[in-house]
Amino acid sequence: MEWTSDGIVLSVRKHGETSAIIDVLTPDKGRHPGLVRGGVGRRMRPVLQPGNSLRVTWRARLSEHLGYMTAELLEPRFAEIMDDRKAIAALNAICAVATAVMPERETHKDVYDATAVLLSHLHNPDVWPALYVRWEAGLLSAMGYGLDLSCCAASGVTDNLTHVSPRSGRAVCAEQAAPYLDKLFVLPQFLRREGQGWKPSTPGDIVAGLYLTGEFLRTRILWPANKDLPEARERMVGMISG
Amino acid sequence: MSTTVGPEIERLISLLAKLPGLGPRSARRAALALIKKRDTVMDPLVSALADVSARITTCEICYNVDSQNPCHICAAPGRDQTKICVVQDVGDLWALERAGAFRGTYHVLGGSLSALDGVRPEDLNIAPLIARSGRGDITEVILAMNATIDGQTTAHYITDKLAGSDVSVSRLAHGVPVGGELDYLDDGTLSAAMRSRRPF
Repeated sequence: MEWTSDGIVLSVRKHGETSAIIDVLTPDKGRHPGLVRGGVGRRMRPVLQPGNSLRVTWRARLSEHLGYMTAELLEPRFAEIMDDRKAIAALNAICAVATAVMPERETHKDVYDATAVLLSHLHNPDVWPALYVRWEAGLLSAMGYGLDLSCCAASGVTDNLTHVSPRSGRAVCAEQAAPYLDKLFVLPQFLRREGQGWKPSTPGDIVAGLYLTGEFLRTRILWPANKDLPEARERMVGMISG
Repeated sequence: MSTTVGPEIERLISLLAKLPGLGPRSARRAALALIKKRDTVMDPLVSALADVSARITTCEICYNVDSQNPCHICAAPGRDQTKICVVQDVGDLWALERAGAFRGTYHVLGGSLSALDGVRPEDLNIAPLIARSGRGDITEVILAMNATIDGQTTAHYITDKLAGSDVSVSRLAHGVPVGGELDYLDDGTLSAAMRSRRPF
C-alpha cells in the first residue's frame, strides 16, 4: 500500500536511536502515524517539527500497519514562530488537542483545512486566539458534537443569543437564559455567523469561548475516553487569560 | 540455537547491547574485544566502572553529574559565577564544555517541558534555577535549549519566571552552522537565520 499526501506534523517521538514515529494530520487520510527512518538525524530533525507542513509518502504491506513514511518539507511553520511564546503555546495546544481528540486514520478534511489556516496565522496575535476557538468549535462539529448557534433552543428566535446550553450545545436567547445564568455557558458573539449577530472578539470573549469549547471537548469527547484536556491547552489558556 | 559461550559472557553481551549505539552484534564484538584485551582494556574498564559507580553524584548547585559535590565546574575558582548557562541534559553541558566557548556556570534542567510526554515544570529543576538566579550575584542567564518545540517552550517558561528579576536573559542564536552551505539548509533554519541577522 502506498499513498502520498500533504500533512501537518502533530507529534514526533523518537524510536530507537535513529528513527522517529510521527503523527501527521492529512486532508484525506486523517491523523496518520508512520515511522520515519533517520527521523532524529541532523537532516530530518528540522523538518519533523510540530506545525510544519510536509509532503509525506506512506508505505506499508497492509493498511493497518504503522508503515514507513518519507517526508519533504513544504512550509517551516515552527521556525517562523519559535521566538513567540504565546504562538508556541498555541502550537503546543493545537497539536495536543488534535492528537487527544481525533481518532487515527479517519478523514476530516475540514479539520485539516482549518488547522492549516490557524497555523498560518499564529504569527498574528490579534487573529489567532479567535481562530483557535473557532477551530475547537469546528473540531467538536467534525467529531459529531457540534454547537448549534443558529437559533434559540427554547424560543426559536435568532436574535440576542447570549448563552449556550451545556446539555444540548444549542444557543439560548437572553430572555430564556435569564433564570439559568449560573448553569449556562456564555456565547461569545464572534462565534456566530456574519450577519447573524457576529461581533469582533474581545479578550473576554476569547476566554469565554475557550471555556465553552473546552467544556464540550472535555465532557463530550475526552471524559468518555478516560482523558482530560491536555495540559498544553491549559497552559495556553493561562497565558491568554493571564 | 546452542549456547556458544558461558552465561557470564552472555550476560556481558546482553548488558553491552543496552548501551546506545550498540546492538546485539556490535555488543558481541565489543565483548570479544574486551576479552582479547583483558589486561589493557577489560580490567581497567572494570576498575573505572566501579570507581564511577561508587563516586557518581549529582551536584547540588547545578545538577550536573560528577564524582564530587559541588561538581568540578561549580567549584572551579576561575569560572564566572555571575553567569548561568541553562541546558536540558548533561550531554548538552558536555557539548558546550567541549566547545570551550563558555567559562561561566551551568544549570542542568534534566529534560524539557513536553506536552506530548506530560513533562511539567515540577518534573524539572526549574524551581532551583529560579531560586539560584534570585540570589543577587547572578547577572545573566543564558538559555541553551534545543531548537525544538519542547526546548523553546521550556525557554519561554523560564523567561516568564525570570521576568520580574534583575537578571538578563539571553538565548543561543539560531542559524547557519559553521561550514554550512545555504543551498543545503532547510527552509526553517534559513528563515531563522535571516531573522537573527546582525550588523557586519
